[in-house]
Amino acid sequence: THRCGELLQKADPCFFQFPLCPVYSQQDQEECAPLAEDQQILSSDGEPQGEEQLSGSAPTQAKKKKISYTKIVKEGRRFNIDLVSKLMYSRGLLVDLLIKSNVSRYAEFKNVSRILTYRQGKVEQVPCSRADVFGSKELTVVEKRMLMKFLTFCLDYEQHPEEYQDFTERSFWEFLQNNMLTENLQHFVLHSIAMVPRETHTEEGLRSTQHFLRSLGRYGNTPFLFPIYGLGEIPQCFCRMCAVFGGIYCLRHSVQCLVLDKESGRCKAVIDTCGQRISCSHFVVEDGYIREEQRKGVEHKHISRAVLITDGLLLQSESEQQISLVTVPPLEPGAPAVRLVELCSSTMTCMPGTYLVHLTCPSSGSAREDLQPVVSRLFTKPASAGEEGTLLPAVLWAVYFNMRDSTAADRSGYDLPGNVHVCSGPDAALGSDHSIRLAQEVFRQLAPHEEFCPPAPNPEDIVYDGDGGQGEGAGFSEAAQAEEGAAEEAEESKEKEASQESSPVEVGEMPDPPPAPLAEE
Amino acid sequence: MQFSIYIIAECNMKLMTRDDKSLLYNVGGKEGVLDEEVLLLTQQLLSSNPDFATLWNYRREILLHLETVRSEDEIQRLYEEELSFLEACLKVNPKSYGSWHHRGWVSTRLPRPDWARELSLCERCLSLDDRNFHCWDYRRMVVRVSGVPVDQELQFTDRLIGSNFSNYSSWHYRSTLLPLLHPGSPEAASPQREPPTSSLLKEYELVQNAFFTDPNDQSAWFYYRWLLGRGVCVCVCVCVCVWGFSTNSEVILRCGYRNALYYKSLTHLHKICDLPPGTISDTSNEHNLTVHWTERHTHRDCALYTGRSESWCRDSATDLELFRSELSVEKSSVLQSELQSCTQLLELEPQNKWCLLTIILLMRALDPLGYEKETLAYFQTLKEVDSMRTSYYSDLCSKFMIENTILKMEYAEVRVFSLCEKNLSTLCHLDQLLLVTHINLSSNQLLGLPPQFAMLQCLEVLQADDNAIENLEGVYHLSKLEEVSLRNNNITQLSDLKILTTCPRLARLDLRGNPITQIANIQSQLAELLPSITELLL
Repeated sequence: THRCGELLQKADPCFFQFPLCPVYSQQDQEECAPLAEDQQILSSDGEPQGEEQLSGSAPTQAKKKKISYTKIVKEGRRFNIDLVSKLMYSRGLLVDLLIKSNVSRYAEFKNVSRILTYRQGKVEQVPCSRADVFGSKELTVVEKRMLMKFLTFCLDYEQHPEEYQDFTERSFWEFLQNNMLTENLQHFVLHSIAMVPRETHTEEGLRSTQHFLRSLGRYGNTPFLFPIYGLGEIPQCFCRMCAVFGGIYCLRHSVQCLVLDKESGRCKAVIDTCGQRISCSHFVVEDGYIREEQRKGVEHKHISRAVLITDGLLLQSESEQQISLVTVPPLEPGAPAVRLVELCSSTMTCMPGTYLVHLTCPSSGSAREDLQPVVSRLFTKPASAGEEGTLLPAVLWAVYFNMRDSTAADRSGYDLPGNVHVCSGPDAALGSDHSIRLAQEVFRQLAPHEEFCPPAPNPEDIVYDGDGGQGEGAGFSEAAQAEEGAAEEAEESKEKEASQESSPVEVGEMPDPPPAPLAEE
Repeated sequence: MQFSIYIIAECNMKLMTRDDKSLLYNVGGKEGVLDEEVLLLTQQLLSSNPDFATLWNYRREILLHLETVRSEDEIQRLYEEELSFLEACLKVNPKSYGSWHHRGWVSTRLPRPDWARELSLCERCLSLDDRNFHCWDYRRMVVRVSGVPVDQELQFTDRLIGSNFSNYSSWHYRSTLLPLLHPGSPEAASPQREPPTSSLLKEYELVQNAFFTDPNDQSAWFYYRWLLGRGVCVCVCVCVCVWGFSTNSEVILRCGYRNALYYKSLTHLHKICDLPPGTISDTSNEHNLTVHWTERHTHRDCALYTGRSESWCRDSATDLELFRSELSVEKSSVLQSELQSCTQLLELEPQNKWCLLTIILLMRALDPLGYEKETLAYFQTLKEVDSMRTSYYSDLCSKFMIENTILKMEYAEVRVFSLCEKNLSTLCHLDQLLLVTHINLSSNQLLGLPPQFAMLQCLEVLQADDNAIENLEGVYHLSKLEEVSLRNNNITQLSDLKILTTCPRLARLDLRGNPITQIANIQSQLAELLPSITELLL
């Protein structure tokens, strides 16, 4: 528990010894490549491709010296844009795993500082903690009491089945209405605390509320953490830990094809794009790399995403440095609820004076169709010279794209050898519980008798056998059967996102690969 | 203690390993060496155990000595080092008396103190533990010495309460700051001269937010009660009573505190003095008596009119609003609206004891008689939800019942006090009953008649049937008492009745249904003990 806390207190941006790069993002770009229909990506030189240049090259000369589009292009390297938008529940599986495995030592986190919601045409703060409720100006004292009473009940709702047993077959929404919560409170609880659609069953709604509440107060006034430099840090941290104990990564290599054993039908090696053969006993691959003919008619859902760079906070406050989760309930019946994460420059994902805004929802149409209505209500275009700017923050840059949500597929959905393990891509949920469970499951298949992510000792405490054994070969596991010279094997088992996976699918030009994140010693 | 001894031993060892036995630590410190090496050694010891007062004292001696031999800049540097050392000690034990005290001392010795730094240290400590009273004390010291504006401190409490309102330290600090910010309030005689209405209303709002958010948190309720008012003690001469018998006259003088504090028991001065014989020899003339209370520079007049054998002069309990003093906010509109919000809260939290109790107090402050029925019902609920404090609530309820009866009696201007079947568990406000001639306390749960009962100097008839009275301490020197009825009580021994011998006029005594009646020969023994009794019922 203390580990994470300690790290949170340290605010030393020099904690990282290697240059920053959006490793994760690049991976995701590949993932999205087959779906590129509505996709804009930042290419390596930072030029946006496509039509989304809202401000064009006209620099805004607003009175308050707003950041212009040209400026952000020039400062492109200051942006770390995750293609997946998630937050970490303070008592979620990911945080528990980071603490348990000591991987948390490689990352720093910031508290999400505000939970906001869009209601009656404006953005307002959601009171969720005790201190928030106490300090809220929007709620009447009676509402405060009712909200606290309800939330207290949700914390251990299992102990009071009599309170909700009449509603097990009915929706959470009805349950809320029946609990005499005012409209205000119904909105807050349903959309911002439980974060579920209206038709969700009562018990599931209660469970989500409980999950939210249990994470409150562990590290701060909201239940969420965000890693500094973005979510891409998390897989990188796992990689780094893995590398300390001998994991090896082949950078700028893709897998061309698998070598199958004729008798057993198992995969015994891979051939990379350089023609190098790497033996393996297991092969872990992400769903996006699987060829269509190897799928057995799995219908994938999609996630609609948008990333914006804006010039101001959605809700002004004393401090400019706010990380906010904004829940936008369906604007019209049938439309999905949109989740919006607004990151400030202290998260080191954008340059000072700008905010990086991620919008996410399950797709019902294209990302643009799903998210544009929300964007146009919450944001504005940059004011041109002389024009009086509105109160809304302006969008300096935007990208819309759809992502495949492959979490529904299981093993039976693929026609693949038994020792090839497919991981799904990220899901639309706010937390990372799905990925952690999946990683755990794959790991169990690879090493049934090993503990998953055991606590790692301090690197200083490790004594290496022999001398000079700290190079590439240090801790090299016997499982890796070197075929020719220094054969390298991707050790994907630790964490699926962690691996620099190579792909059997040709994805065209690769962006610049990151420098090796392995320079531990 | 063992630990200290160990430390000394360790200290000695360290000193000896330095081959300097002359430095051997002298606990008395008188002949101790006062140089920087010892400073360093004590520092090593204190950094592992900062609660070693002797070592701190020794350090202070060294520092005082060094002050005399060093230049100001060196002293400044020395003390600054001391402060950073203390910071390390506070990390070891943030509640070390020694470290905080030493820090206070160093801060005042520092030639060029940096109070802003000290304030931020306090803030940091309080953010880690907002109930660290050492730190609160130190902060008050820093604020006082460095003259931090009061409103700035008030904002500080705003911040702390905002982050955690279940922290009585912050609320309390607030209650000490508000009167400073709006001077002329609580210390002044009239409690209604409170902070201006707008800021007072803001306080009500703040505290309401707290107890609506968490009604089980007592800090907010205590602050709320403070806000609603604090009775202020004013010593006044409440009543002067004169009566004359054929041979001599007596004056009873009762002085009371007008607005007694709720939680403090009432102390009343009560004096009976015989006037010199012959002072009022002639009842056909009017006599004017003046009682001077030199201590308080007050006086009170009382006239004994022609043909009367008795006279009194007093403040009426109704005028005094004596019993409303706990909540002293005069504006009953404020109290009324507060009562409304509390009732609202009670609807949501029917089991909340703080809310119930506050409602009772508010009702009493507003209209004790009008709300009597509700008050009793709330007391009943309180006893059910907070069974651990049943007796407390019983006593409080008794007190309120007595107050109400006194008020009714005042309005009717009678000298008969009757309070039957009200579950009284205790007697109080007896000072208000000075002039009562007949008292009826039957069918209650009294266990005794307390010493203050002796204040009822005019009492002629005492009825206290069907209680559980064991002792009669208070039936003492009641010169007019003629009749005592104590049926069905718990009087067991003859010695319990001995005190009745001090009442010379007692003629009728009813003891039926008491265990004492089972004693053999009781009748003759009683006749012997109390020869004045003409009618004894056993």
